[in-house]
Amino acid sequence: MSILEVSGISKRFGGLRAVDGMGFSVQRGEILGLIGPNGSGKSTTLSLIMGVVRPDSGSVILDGKEMVGKATHAIAKAGMSMVFQHSRPLQRQTVLENIKLALLQDSLFQFGASRAVTDRAIEVAERVGLDKVLHQRPGSLPFADLRRLEVAKALASEPLVLLLDEPFAGLAPSETREFSELAIAMRDAGCAVVLVDHNVKAVSGLVDRIVAMHAGQKIAEGAPSEVTRNERVQEVYFGKSLGAVGAARCREQAIADDRLLSVAVESVHYGRAEALRDIDLHVKRGEFVSVVGLNGAGKTTLFNSILGFVDYAGDIQFDDRSLRGRKPAAIATGGIALCPETRDLFSFMTVRENLEMGGHAFDANTRAEQLEWVYGLFPRLRERAGQKAQTLSGGEQQMLTVGRALMQKPQLLLLDEPTLGLAPLVLEDISNVLEKLQNESGLTVLLAEQNLTFALRHSDRIYLIETGSLRWEGESRRFVEEVGEDIL
Amino acid sequence: MSNVNRSPQTTGPWSRDWLDWRVVLTVLFFVFLAFTPLFAGGYYLGVLTIALYMGVYAMNWDLLFGYIGEVNFGPTFLIGLGAYGAGLCNTYLGWSVWACIPVGVVAAMIGGLLLAGPALRLTGPYFGLVTLVAVLILSQLIVTFAGYTGGEIGLALRDILTLSSKGNFYYALGLTVITALALRLIVRSPLGLILEAVGQDAGATEALGFSVTKYKVFAFLVSSFFSGLAGAMTVFYFGTASPGTVVAVVMAVQVIIATIVGGRRTIIGSVFGAIFLIVAGELLRPIGQLSNTVVAVLALLVLLLAPGGFTSLFGSRKERKA
Repeated sequence: MSILEVSGISKRFGGLRAVDGMGFSVQRGEILGLIGPNGSGKSTTLSLIMGVVRPDSGSVILDGKEMVGKATHAIAKAGMSMVFQHSRPLQRQTVLENIKLALLQDSLFQFGASRAVTDRAIEVAERVGLDKVLHQRPGSLPFADLRRLEVAKALASEPLVLLLDEPFAGLAPSETREFSELAIAMRDAGCAVVLVDHNVKAVSGLVDRIVAMHAGQKIAEGAPSEVTRNERVQEVYFGKSLGAVGAARCREQAIADDRLLSVAVESVHYGRAEALRDIDLHVKRGEFVSVVGLNGAGKTTLFNSILGFVDYAGDIQFDDRSLRGRKPAAIATGGIALCPETRDLFSFMTVRENLEMGGHAFDANTRAEQLEWVYGLFPRLRERAGQKAQTLSGGEQQMLTVGRALMQKPQLLLLDEPTLGLAPLVLEDISNVLEKLQNESGLTVLLAEQNLTFALRHSDRIYLIETGSLRWEGESRRFVEEVGEDIL
Repeated sequence: MSNVNRSPQTTGPWSRDWLDWRVVLTVLFFVFLAFTPLFAGGYYLGVLTIALYMGVYAMNWDLLFGYIGEVNFGPTFLIGLGAYGAGLCNTYLGWSVWACIPVGVVAAMIGGLLLAGPALRLTGPYFGLVTLVAVLILSQLIVTFAGYTGGEIGLALRDILTLSSKGNFYYALGLTVITALALRLIVRSPLGLILEAVGQDAGATEALGFSVTKYKVFAFLVSSFFSGLAGAMTVFYFGTASPGTVVAVVMAVQVIIATIVGGRRTIIGSVFGAIFLIVAGELLRPIGQLSNTVVAVLALLVLLLAPGGFTSLFGSRKERKA
């Protein structure tokens, strides 16, 4: 019998069905991969199983006992353990004390520390490779060790089922291997492991079985190789018109080899961590180029380098002039406009005021012309002109972000994940405007995206970036054929 | 396993060397306090007595804020309940001091349970607002029922702890030492580790198998027990209970400043902070109204120069950052 059986669990957040009748089962000694694109409901599913969020309906049977309706701590005591994606260890305590915490009884009457707890904590630390840093505080540990600490806390109670929420996010390849080995050791010890990741490739060598999710529902289940070949899965990741990708981006006028932007960055460092290395890319005048890659691959860092927000080794040329050493403000007025991932709107200003801020560098007449043009592109913004930015819907805010950037009359538009958190219908609106822009004004765009469907639809060329390096470049239509299966 | 250092830890708040000299300094400080009546006059003992009661209030605020992370803007709600619970009991029922004090403690603990309710649902500033409103309601009630409570002027009690300033000082010192020992025992034990984890990340702590509700209620009960006790003893020291001395928001702010200046998440730092605030206020009394401003500026300077408070000056570099 399965140690964990999840059936028909659902959760609504307002109008959104975050998880909609999900169900799967896991055996002892099995690793199950739960995959799906961003926002498909994977993490919410884990939270529902752990009881952190209460499901609206459905059942979670752990070792023959119903868990739905129980408090999280009771579910934990029944043998479920979860490693959260983001967690905050005790900063004033040492690694050893943090692990000890996980070993304590749920009781108010504990005034002395027992030797047995300490010994057991040391044992757990050795198992995850923290024995060298037992007496350090979390603040001084590298990222991978912090993740180890979370795993150690989850392992300490010897759970029947271990839930891992994106355990590999932000780890270097060698560290990923170590964590995989840890998961395998857990499996071999008879534990059932459920592992969430948005990327099939990263987990296919590790997991025994995959359940693929989309829009809160299960869309496929089976061995990793079957799931990767599944039509529904491919559709979800790459969009419907697989064969026709790129054809949509067949423009009348050929693009001359006139480089507007050339990036030759050798490296970008954040402290000791290298965020980008050997990035060599260019964007021609009038071209739509996408940089695709997962969370943390380095897309935003690339944009920050172009705009001069971070220090880099190498050179970036725009319009045949080097941007090195120039201030972000100078770069922005020089013709590069950014639509940041976080939107960064002036939330208490009206739509119109936000747009005018974008065109602040121009005289009143030019600004009025620009404003008319932007209103023409986004009629919705004209309707909402007097409304405060914070009262807009997500999609409208995204339009405003793009509109504000366009007010700068840019030669090059940098779009950082414009699709993040948007509903499909709204995406369609944004897509239409981008198409209109490309056709009418021949604007040059560099897009950073995780949403491949969106990127493939608009781009002439694509750069694939993985853990800070370029992995593939080429025309959009060759993308699915050449790297499609690999990056699912 | 053989290469792992299992001897007493060399760092961390549980380590031996920490125990050694910082605890020794603290013990020496309290021993010094115990001998002050030998050379200090009644006036100075009076100031110190008030400072020590303030220290007890602040230690209990530190337990709630520093450990389980509850933003409590109204420590005087619990203190005031203890004070008026004991005071009303003495004035109207005529019970003895030592019978009235437990009544005050129970009143404060009921108040603590009342606060624990919203604390389980609300976090951060939202809970903070609830505590602030609780204080305002309490002082409003006292003023509204002035016929019974004495209103702004205060409630005159029939009894006091003792007439002797030495005696009063030792009562306050005794309460301070007992509270400090009890709270230090809690926060340094495995139980304290769980409390701190609840304050840091309640969800993750719950997922480790700890019933967060239980620990929050416990912390509120402990905090209200000692707050109520201190509030009750304070009114039997003054011989009166008035909103200005045990309920007012100004007092609540002083309690908070005492902990922050002394060093939060240390328990004992609160006592140093309280003594600093009260003694500095008294020493500067000759400059009149300005004294409050000067004390406030001094407190700000301490925060700018040592954001972790006085006690952080004796901590390791790492601890100071944390």
